Amino acid sequence: MIEYTAKIREIAERILRDGTVDAVLGFRRGSIPMMNEPCLVKDPAQVQTLVWDSNCGINLANYLIGRKDKIGVVAKGCDSRNIVTHIIENQITREQVYVIGVPCTGMIDKRKVSGSTGGEITEVLEEGTRVKIKGADFETTVDKADVLQDNCAICVHPNPVLHDERVAEPVPVPQDKDRYEDVRKVEALDPQAKWEYFEDLISGCIRCYACRNACPLCYCPTCFVDESKPQWVGKSIDPVDTRTFHLLRAYHCAGRCTDCGACERACPVGIKVRQFTKKLEKDCRELYNWEAGLTLDVRPPLDVYRPEDPGDFIK
Amino acid sequence: MDGGKVMRIIRIEKDDWVTGLGRLSDSVRLCGPVKTGDFHHFKQLPKGVVPDLEYRNTRLSPKSLVYPQSEAMLEYTLDTRQPDHHIHKEIAKDFSPQALLGIRPCDAKAFLLVRRNFDTPQYKDTYWIRRYETTTFVGLACDRPCTTCFCTTAGSGPHGEEGCDVLLVRQEDGFLAKVLTPKGEALMETAKWQTEAESGAPATLESLKKDAEGKIVSHVQTEKLRQKETLELYEAPFWQDVAFSCINCGTCTYLCPTCWCFDIQDEVYGLQGMRMRNWDSCMYPLFTLHGSGHNPRPEKMQRVRQRFMHKLKYYVDRYENGIQCVGCGRCIQHCPVNIDIRKVCDLMNGFEPGACAT
Repeated sequence: MIEYTAKIREIAERILRDGTVDAVLGFRRGSIPMMNEPCLVKDPAQVQTLVWDSNCGINLANYLIGRKDKIGVVAKGCDSRNIVTHIIENQITREQVYVIGVPCTGMIDKRKVSGSTGGEITEVLEEGTRVKIKGADFETTVDKADVLQDNCAICVHPNPVLHDERVAEPVPVPQDKDRYEDVRKVEALDPQAKWEYFEDLISGCIRCYACRNACPLCYCPTCFVDESKPQWVGKSIDPVDTRTFHLLRAYHCAGRCTDCGACERACPVGIKVRQFTKKLEKDCRELYNWEAGLTLDVRPPLDVYRPEDPGDFIK
Repeated sequence: MDGGKVMRIIRIEKDDWVTGLGRLSDSVRLCGPVKTGDFHHFKQLPKGVVPDLEYRNTRLSPKSLVYPQSEAMLEYTLDTRQPDHHIHKEIAKDFSPQALLGIRPCDAKAFLLVRRNFDTPQYKDTYWIRRYETTTFVGLACDRPCTTCFCTTAGSGPHGEEGCDVLLVRQEDGFLAKVLTPKGEALMETAKWQTEAESGAPATLESLKKDAEGKIVSHVQTEKLRQKETLELYEAPFWQDVAFSCINCGTCTYLCPTCWCFDIQDEVYGLQGMRMRNWDSCMYPLFTLHGSGHNPRPEKMQRVRQRFMHKLKYYVDRYENGIQCVGCGRCIQHCPVNIDIRKVCDLMNGFEPGACAT
């Protein structure tokens, strides 16, 4: 990761100095273990603040919406797919972004790491594929593979799909990932059990909207839950309203979600929000052979009608 | 001490703790930390369930037990065939006595800060006050504070007593309990926890307190906040950088024990209506959206600035009693993008207009 950091700084400094971009969007070291903070560097003398490690799970494509300047952005596989989606959805132009591609080896799930020890974690160090976890009175080492974010553990697009420069050679792409084991389990449930599964899933929701706000797809000027004239959804923690929020949010992401995991990462109460979006992702794959954000050349299936679109639902 | 009462220190053995809780549960709703999933919640305890006092702190603060996230207040009917149509009626609520068992001193202190808003000579929030007054706060001193705790420089401490009616301090075989108020006395009597501690107890408690305070590794500087010019701070150049990463979720405000803002909503179904209030968050654009469509805080930088200015400047000036923060560290631990109030507080406290900001 040290090599990645050095390369990111080198590229950032160069493209800031030569005027290729006005600013570079990346990460700076966080103030607590396993957290880095998205930041914007405009001054070439400040590029030393940029870092890269396995705690850069926030999707930086989220910070590109509405920008007018020319911007360099550090992007791992999923971020790059969301940049593609942004371009397709006219949120930013290709010419505006300079993508510093990061071949990604997966992001650490800080809750998994915290859960693997009893005490408070004061330091986490990456050593290749191993992660050393330190606390006041303990020290342990685990395989990074065991503490990856759930979405990273099944990722099949770790390399940037779009880049102007890459900080390293592509990482090997896993070939035999079963992305939908959990979705199939839910699909196999009877309606009542399915209902209960999702009710239980969102029972802890505090309607803080961290999942929505961390998501690069959620850029509506006014979200449907914030509309007051008319008001579509109640604002209390009534289960009907909470359910409505989660279902509508997920459906709004159909055919667009890249499974970057930003939503789950942001949720303060640990709700597995991806259980909603993954089902839609699977459907899009099965119905339209579609994965979001892989190409600038094809319109997403829910944008266009094609004669070969499945029509089984019309009887 | 209230009414000149001499503070008592009581020893509670492990078995007596459980027996006493049984006695209390006949007349008081007991609430305490319960582990659900990966973390603890402060919840009403079903009969026979003992609070899990091995916890560090709850993910959400216990404020919801006095100030629920959603609270129904009034109901009405627009059906003119009903004799009481178009009349707002109180919705019956449970204000019976409750005890918060094992609340952390920072969270107990937070209720005093919130009280400055909900219980003033001019305005009385009846719902909050009634629940607050019928609640007994049984604190649990921290012996393992987190590295994100900065209570000692935020007006509290791991053994802080403010806001507690009783403060429990863990011992090998139970607790030493400092009884701090008449409300606390009453609870101890009901539970029949009456064994006076040995004469060395005050010294033991003092030394444990010192130990715990020594374990606090995070500190904030607040002493210059009051003397700062409000407008100069407001226009300080660091806000854009502080706010850049913010995604404007409400996590910090919803987890915070001292955030008190709410929104009033009417929910109407057919001719039946209900007026309720829900927690709101200054992080949301909707929070300040006027009926006219104008929004005085349309940019996220303005909203982030508002949160910190409220906690660390406006409140400080208004109440002259420190910052509106007790240093629990929840917002630091759970902000999805690592905005750290300790850093912002130090930026504000150290800000000199005219000096180079970066």
